[in-house]
Order: sequence, then structure tokens, then C-alpha cells
Amino acid sequence: MGNKQTTFTDEQLEAYQDCTFFTRKEVLRLHGRYRELAPHLVPLDYTNNPDIRVPLTLIVTMPELKVLCSVAGQENPFRDRIVETFSEDGQGNLTFNDFVDMFSALCETSPRELKTIYAFKIYDFNRDNFICKEDLQRTLNKLTKGELTPEEVTLVCDKAIEEADLDGDTKLSFADFENMISKAPDFLSNFHVRI
Amino acid sequence: MSEEDDNEEEDNDEEDDNDEEEDNDEEEDEEEKEVRPETLSPEELEELKEAVDERKKLIQGLRGKPWSMKKKLGVAGVCGEIRGRLGKGKGRKLYAYKVMMAKKWMKFKRDFENFKTACIPWEMKIKEIESINGAPYGSMPRKTVPRAEEGSAMDFAVLWDFGGYAEYSVLFYGYYNNQRAIGWLKFRMPLSYFLVGVGTVAYSYMVVIRTMARNANESGVGDDYSFNFSWKMFTSWDYLIGNPETADNKFASITTSFKEAILEEQESQKDDNIHLTRFLRVLANFLVLCCLAGSGYLIYFVVRRSQKFALDGLENHTWWERNEVNMVMSLLGMFCPMLFDVISALENYHPRVALQWQLGRIFALFLGNLYTFIIALMDEINLKREEEKIIKFNITTWEASLYNGTLSENSTGPPITIHPADVPRGPCWETMVGQEFVRLIISDTMTTYITLLIGDFLRAVLVRFLNYCWCWDLEAGFPSYSEFDVSGNVLGLIFNQGMIWMGAFYAPCLPALNVLRLHVSMYLQCWAVMCCNVPQERVFKASGSNNFYMAMLLVILFLSTLPAIYTIVTIPPSFDCGPFSGKKRMFDVIQETLESDFPAWFSRVFSYASNPGLVLPFILLMVLAIYYLQSTSKSYKEANVELKKKLQTQNEENKKKNKRAALKAQMDLEEARKAASQTTEQQNNNNASPQDHEADEEESQSSSGERMYHGKNGRNPPPPPPPPSLVRNQELPATRAPVPRIYHHGNHGAQGYLPGFPRQSEPRIYRVPSLQRH
Repeated sequence: MGNKQTTFTDEQLEAYQDCTFFTRKEVLRLHGRYRELAPHLVPLDYTNNPDIRVPLTLIVTMPELKVLCSVAGQENPFRDRIVETFSEDGQGNLTFNDFVDMFSALCETSPRELKTIYAFKIYDFNRDNFICKEDLQRTLNKLTKGELTPEEVTLVCDKAIEEADLDGDTKLSFADFENMISKAPDFLSNFHVRI
Repeated sequence: MSEEDDNEEEDNDEEDDNDEEEDNDEEEDEEEKEVRPETLSPEELEELKEAVDERKKLIQGLRGKPWSMKKKLGVAGVCGEIRGRLGKGKGRKLYAYKVMMAKKWMKFKRDFENFKTACIPWEMKIKEIESINGAPYGSMPRKTVPRAEEGSAMDFAVLWDFGGYAEYSVLFYGYYNNQRAIGWLKFRMPLSYFLVGVGTVAYSYMVVIRTMARNANESGVGDDYSFNFSWKMFTSWDYLIGNPETADNKFASITTSFKEAILEEQESQKDDNIHLTRFLRVLANFLVLCCLAGSGYLIYFVVRRSQKFALDGLENHTWWERNEVNMVMSLLGMFCPMLFDVISALENYHPRVALQWQLGRIFALFLGNLYTFIIALMDEINLKREEEKIIKFNITTWEASLYNGTLSENSTGPPITIHPADVPRGPCWETMVGQEFVRLIISDTMTTYITLLIGDFLRAVLVRFLNYCWCWDLEAGFPSYSEFDVSGNVLGLIFNQGMIWMGAFYAPCLPALNVLRLHVSMYLQCWAVMCCNVPQERVFKASGSNNFYMAMLLVILFLSTLPAIYTIVTIPPSFDCGPFSGKKRMFDVIQETLESDFPAWFSRVFSYASNPGLVLPFILLMVLAIYYLQSTSKSYKEANVELKKKLQTQNEENKKKNKRAALKAQMDLEEARKAASQTTEQQNNNNASPQDHEADEEESQSSSGERMYHGKNGRNPPPPPPPPSLVRNQELPATRAPVPRIYHHGNHGAQGYLPGFPRQSEPRIYRVPSLQRH
């Protein structure tokens, strides 16, 4: 507080403070990180809300997100899924607003309900508002990097659906997911990204 | 324009913040000018205030809404405008300050946790190994490091057998003087020796039991397995991981965890022929008993032989014959567990149960060996005591001869100085016991290291390099790389600790020695694990918590301290060596201290307290207390189980209810859709032409109604037709009564329009604009 910055107007910063879990300083720091990803694309002065989108390929070079990529160079959908979920166009290209929103939803102070909603969106690969068996299989394969046999994968997915599905439609709706996650002890501590 | 602005503010789904009465009045005035010339009545003012408060709450909860940033910014921006007009901003500053403090506090807590973790030695190494092999035992290795009271390093390894200089060093009992008080601080050496010995044992008991109690508590909480697989899938990945290597480790540990869960699941689905299994199990147990008896006899035989050798004089025998006992014990400890493993293949138990049996048998083996060893030791002690009597006699004669030769009676001359090395010394059975234990530990260590080098390292080298020129695939088939046997290693640690407890009273520096050995072992085994071992195929913990191993540790503690306590209480100390020499029993030192160092009344109190008439009732009371606590704890456990069962049935009931409700809702939805589409068709047929406007409105109305049904907010699907207007009213709480509603969207006038009902019956005020229009 005190040093004049020209990146954002005061109203903009106030608005960001209202809409996210970040303070002014953190918002400015986030802007710095955003700019680092593509210095030629992102202007320093955001006072007139330029409509700039940083593409997916550059976003995933961030160390906080990069790690979710496996050593073999294959893309891990969690990383891509996170960015896609928060992007406005659904393709993974983030404006600064989306960028801030993403880190705000995943930060430590974000409440459980919000995280649950976004977790559901992230794990729903085909975006049909249900986590179906294929979504589960893809999640599992990415978690274990293909180390499990297909029978084991099927067994695990069947068991997971059996455990969590309340309305018997062999896929997990948001209500099922929420019910299951609300009792999970590790969810909050694992599902957050610090920036 | 301003009218439109007002309406725009109120039309949007997102409400505006409006927290000033002046603002209320401002808006009201504006609206009043538009709609009605009268002033607003108090009730209407109240309603407006309510609406404003609701909007305020909405703004405060804006952060937690799962809307896109654009939407949120839109709301916040409008709000900011209004706030700007009013010049109010203090609330914001306070909030920002609070958030900053909260974040600073969280950061501090995090840093402190990191600091605490960094203080744990080898934390990173352990995490590395854990991730590759799974993390079955958590903190077990860290917790069994013994406390080293005399922690200073000792350089002793001159003679491997701990004879010579080593024998007369601090390491062993015999070094310590029996002087009652040493130096100007009047340090009570014998008393401290005794108390330290007893105190360490008591402290060990306390620590083990406290750990067991804590583990028991924790295991009760984390027992909920109702969502096992789902949780593993959705909550196991740690999004904070920022390092590729850690990520790899995490992938490995997640995979291991899944495999374990899958195995559990598969095991619980097997079933077998019961009679054959029982017969095989009995046979297996018989074989195991034979093995144990055989090993016990072997050790006894070897100990007897070594006694014979000792009588002959140790120089006449080869190295093997001298160290026979220790080598045999170590070799038995190596090969018998493998034998037990093979035998247990007959039994066909659940892997966890099989593991527990295996560990139990190895336990019995070690215990048998150790006790045979101790019995042999007792024989030697008795031998030494016989020797003592002879030497005592010899010393008196020697002293007499010394004095007789040089002085005549009744004259006092200068005292004869004799070099201490020349004085004949009595035998010291305590030092001998200490020596035996130290030798045992050393040979045990050596066996472990050699097994590690040959069994793991050499094997890995052979498999890797011979594989190029061998007929079958060495890596996949026999012998392949050795697995890291977690349970075997934990057992080894426990027995090591048992031996330390046994020998610590007679070789006071033994714990220090052991700390050194553990350091070396840690690095050696760490290297061996990462370099030559593969993780276990089937990962099973012997127990859900660490309590299985803690229970073993407790039993070992009890059994180890038993011999030491027996010797302290029964056998008189050597007359010529150690801190208790000259006393009748070792614990006489306590008596002596009480008499000389404490005031007189103290010893009287003590003598009353140790009166059997007092002690026996006290013991009886403790037994009764134990019984009582045991029975209450049993009843609590039963109540717990009942409650869990109830909870489970409740959950199942809820599941069924939800299923039924969901089905019902679906059916209702179908019906509603059908009805809506039917009535729309009807309307279209009935009202022929110029009501295109209305038809459009109705269609958009019903479609907007349907849009409601798809809403994600978990709102119950509203009952069919009349309600689209009511539903809209719920969304915009201030749309009731006097405030005019000129809707921005296409279907203004039809807002209150109920399909199938004539228009004129609508008494609502917001009919006015539509009438005006027509």
C-alpha cells in the first residue's frame, strides 16, 4: 500500500477483492505471474480491461500446474481439465479474469462448497454434468499412469459408483458427488493450489 | 433513462448492493416519480429494506459463488458505482485487513509445521522410500531409537572379543567403583547406577503404553470405509505438489494404495473347502512346532559345547568354535523364517492373517533362542560364583603372606604399594554377562550386514549381469531381485531393542553403541533398498494401526527385563567389582541411601509403606480397578459397534429414499412437460391469429419454465403450469406489489399470464403497462 501502480484502477482492484479471496497485493502479484507467461501478449496496463487471452499451451508451463504432466510428455487431463474448466471459451485459453478466478477458487481460503463444485466440473471430462463410468476410467488411468490392468480399472470404477451413487442411475450426479466428498477427510487439504 | 437504469438494476439476476437509507430514498423517489405520486407506505419501505439487505448478503457471498468472473465483476462493478456515489468504503478496508491477518496467521502455522518436520531426522529419505514402497508403518522406524543417556562416543574396538582394554572400560559393569559418594559434589554412584537402570525400564514401559493408547484412539476415528474407492480416486492427488520427482513418488504411492484396496476386495470375495483347509493348517502348525523345538535343542547343544570349550581354554579352538553360539543363533534367525514362509503356503489364509501368523512364529523362534541363551548364561554365572569363593580364599592368603613377609606384628610402617595390575582380582560375573550381550549384538549386526550384502546386493548384481548370458529370464523368474521385507525388518528392530534392554544394566554403554549401529544401518539399508530391492508384490499391513508391533514391543520389553530383574533381586553381586560390591543384594543400595541421606522419619514412613499388610491390599485395589475399567471399556466398544450398525442402516435407508424421490421427480417432470406441450398446442389451436404475441410469450414462458427445471441450484422442480410467474417472483424478491415491473425481455405483459386463464381476471399492477401497450 502506498506505491503507485498503474496496472489497475482502484475500482478494478476493489472489484477483484470483492469477487475473489485475494487481497490487492496478491492480485497485483497474480498479474505479474500472468504477464510472465506471455510478456508479449499481456500488457502492463489493465486499466481499460483489454481482452487478452493466454492460450492453453502457455498456461500449462506454470510450475504450479506443470507438474501434473507426466514424465513421458503425455498430457495429464487434470492440468488441462482445470484450465479448461475455468476458461470462458471452454478451450483452455484464459483471460486474466479467468486466471484470477481459477486461483481464487483453488486457494486455501476458498470454501468447501465452492471447491466441490469445481472439482465436479474438473472430473467431468465430457461435460455432461454427470461423472459417468468413462470419466472415472479416465481419472483412474491418469492417476495410476496406466499401471493397473483393465480388469482392475473396471473393478475400481464399479466399486466407486456403487459406493457413491445414490439415485441408481450408474453415474454420479452433483448431489452424489457432493454427498461423498463432504465426508472425505483429505479433500480440502489436497485440493488446493498455492500461488 | 434513469427509470430504465433502475429497472435494469433490479431486473438482473444479480442484485445490487444498496446499504444506505439515503440511497433507498433516492431510488424510491425516482421510482415513485415514475409510477405513483403517493409516498411509499411504511410496510413497503420495510419490504424494500429487506430486499436491500438480501442484496447486501449476496454481495458478501459473491466470492463463494460458482459464477464466471465476468458475471461476478459485473455485479461488483455496479455495486462499486453506487458505493462510489455514496462515498462509503470503510467496511471494505476492514475486511481487507482481516483477510490479510488471517492469511499471515495461516502462513505462520504452515512455516511452523515445516520447521517441525524438518527437525525430524531423515524425514526426506523416509518419504522417498515410503513413496516407492507404500507407507505402511508411518513413523515406526523413527520411534524405536533408544534414548542414549551416556551418549558420548566410545572408542573401544581394540579387541573384537571385548576382552583386554575393553573389558575394563566404562562399557562394562566392572569399571564402576563402589565408592558411595564421589568427589566434592558427593555424587552417589551406586545409587545413580541403580536408579538409572530401573528408571530406563520404567520410562520405556510408559512410552510404549502411551503410544499404544494413542494409536488405539486414532484407529477408532479413521475407520470409515464407506467411500473407500471414491475417496482414493477423487481426493488422493495432492494439487500442491510442485516437483516432478515428488509427483512421480505420489503416482507410485497412489498406485500402491489402489492395488492394496483391490486385493482386499478380491480377498473378501473368495471362499473355500473348509475341511481340507483345516487339516492343512493343523499340519502346518505341527511342522512349525517341530522347527521351533529343533532350533531350541540346537542352541542348547551348542551352548553346552561352548561351555566345554571354555573349560578347556579358548585358545585351543578355532574361531568358529569360539563364536559358535552367536553364529548359530544368527544363522537360525536367518533361515527359519524362510522355512516358516514356505510352510505357511499350506495354510491359505487371508494375507493379513498369514502375515500375523508368520510374525508370531518368528517371534516365538527368537524368544526361544534368547531364553535358551539366557539359561546358558545362568549356568556360567553360577560357575563364576563358585570361582569367586575360591578366589576370595586365595586373596586372603595372599594378603596375609604379603604382610607377614615384610612387617612384624604391632609395628606400623609405610603402606606397601603394589601396582593395581598385580593385585589378584575376583571374577566379575556381571561384566561377563555384559560382554556376552555385546558380542551377541555385534554378531547379530554383522550377520545382518552380510546378509544384506550377499542376499540383496550380490544377488541384484548377478541377476542384472548374468541375465545377458542365461537361459531363462533371471529378472522375472527365479531368483529375481529381492523384495524389501518390511515386516521382517521391523521385527529385527524390535528384537534388537529387546537385547539392548536385557543387557543395558550390565553394559551401560550398550545403548550408545546401539545408536551408532542404528545410524550405520539406516544409511546402509537405505542404499540397499533404493539400489537393489523391488517393492513387495502384495502389500499388506499386519495391522490397521501400528498397534500390532507396539504390542510385540511391549511383550519383548517385559520378557527382556525379566531376567535382569531376576538377577538383581536374587543373585548377590560380586565381591570385588562393580558399584554394588560388598553388599548382600544390589537393591540394598536403596536401603543404605534411605538410612544415611534422608531424615529419620523418612525411612520410618518407607518401612511402613513397604509393610506387606499395606502392599497387598493396594495390589488388590489395583486389580479391581483394572477389572472395572476393562468391563466399562468393553461395554463402550459394544455401544460403538451398535451405533455404527445403526448409522449404516440409516445410510442405506436414505439411499433408497433418494432413489425413490429421484424417480418420482423424473416422472413428475415428464408429466409436466407433456401437460405443458399439450396446453400450448391447445392454445395455438384455440386462439387463432393476432395473438402471435401471446403465443410467443407463452412459448417462451413455458420454455423459460422448463429452463427453470434444468437449473443447477437444486431447486425442486416447480409444479406444472401456473407457476412460471411465481417462480420468477421468487428469484426477484422485490417484485411484489407496488413496484412496477417493466420486464426487459420479450414477454412483459405475459408475466402473470397463466395459460388457459382469461386475462381480465389478473388484478396485478404490472398488468398496467401491457394494457397501456395494447
